[in-house]
Amino acid sequence: MVKPTQVTNSIRALRFAAGEMTQAELAERVGVTRQTIIAIEQGKYSPSLEIAFLIARALGTTLDAVFHYPLADDEENTQ
Amino acid sequence: MAFEEKSAWVGLIAGILTLGIYITVVLSRAAASSGPMHETPYVDAMLWSIGIGIVVMIIATIALRAVSGKEGSATDLRDRQITARAEHTSRAFVVIGALGALVLAMLELPHFYIAHAVFVGFALSAVLEGIARIAFYRAGVPSW
Repeated sequence: MVKPTQVTNSIRALRFAAGEMTQAELAERVGVTRQTIIAIEQGKYSPSLEIAFLIARALGTTLDAVFHYPLADDEENTQ
Repeated sequence: MAFEEKSAWVGLIAGILTLGIYITVVLSRAAASSGPMHETPYVDAMLWSIGIGIVVMIIATIALRAVSGKEGSATDLRDRQITARAEHTSRAFVVIGALGALVLAMLELPHFYIAHAVFVGFALSAVLEGIARIAFYRAGVPSW
């Protein structure tokens, strides 16, 4: 099956770094359901930009520290 | 399991059961009568199956909401996106059913076949929508 999204994330690690924040706590801060946080962590759902910002803010970090996107081949070659 | 996923399961099972019961009733009536298929009485069974399907969904949703509580039955953007995506996926069957009915009407075939083209289109669309919603919850929401 095609992977729903190429976006990966470090939410799980960042939750633990942020005082072992639970998925439920993060969900409450962001204003989504716990199932949505689980789906995002597992890479099964690509959140909206607004929710992505809210997640980063709730974890006390920046958007690019939370979410990652693979480089295109030509980008990799230029680095 | 998300509240909406449970709701999708209930909808799918209710949809398959009501469609199955309806087909069984109409086929058994057709077998019992000696006339042609299109003279088989179907209107009452079709209305009952639609009505029972709607009532079952309403009661099941209320019961699920009561069991899940306020927090458990909360929904968000992802739920709405999954619902919209599943509706988009299943819409083709409604269109196929309507087009089929249109062709049958143009051919002036009996009402029995026209009504069933629309009904089967709706029913298959509902079943596919349920399957799509469950798949999107389990495997993830595919990007456009």
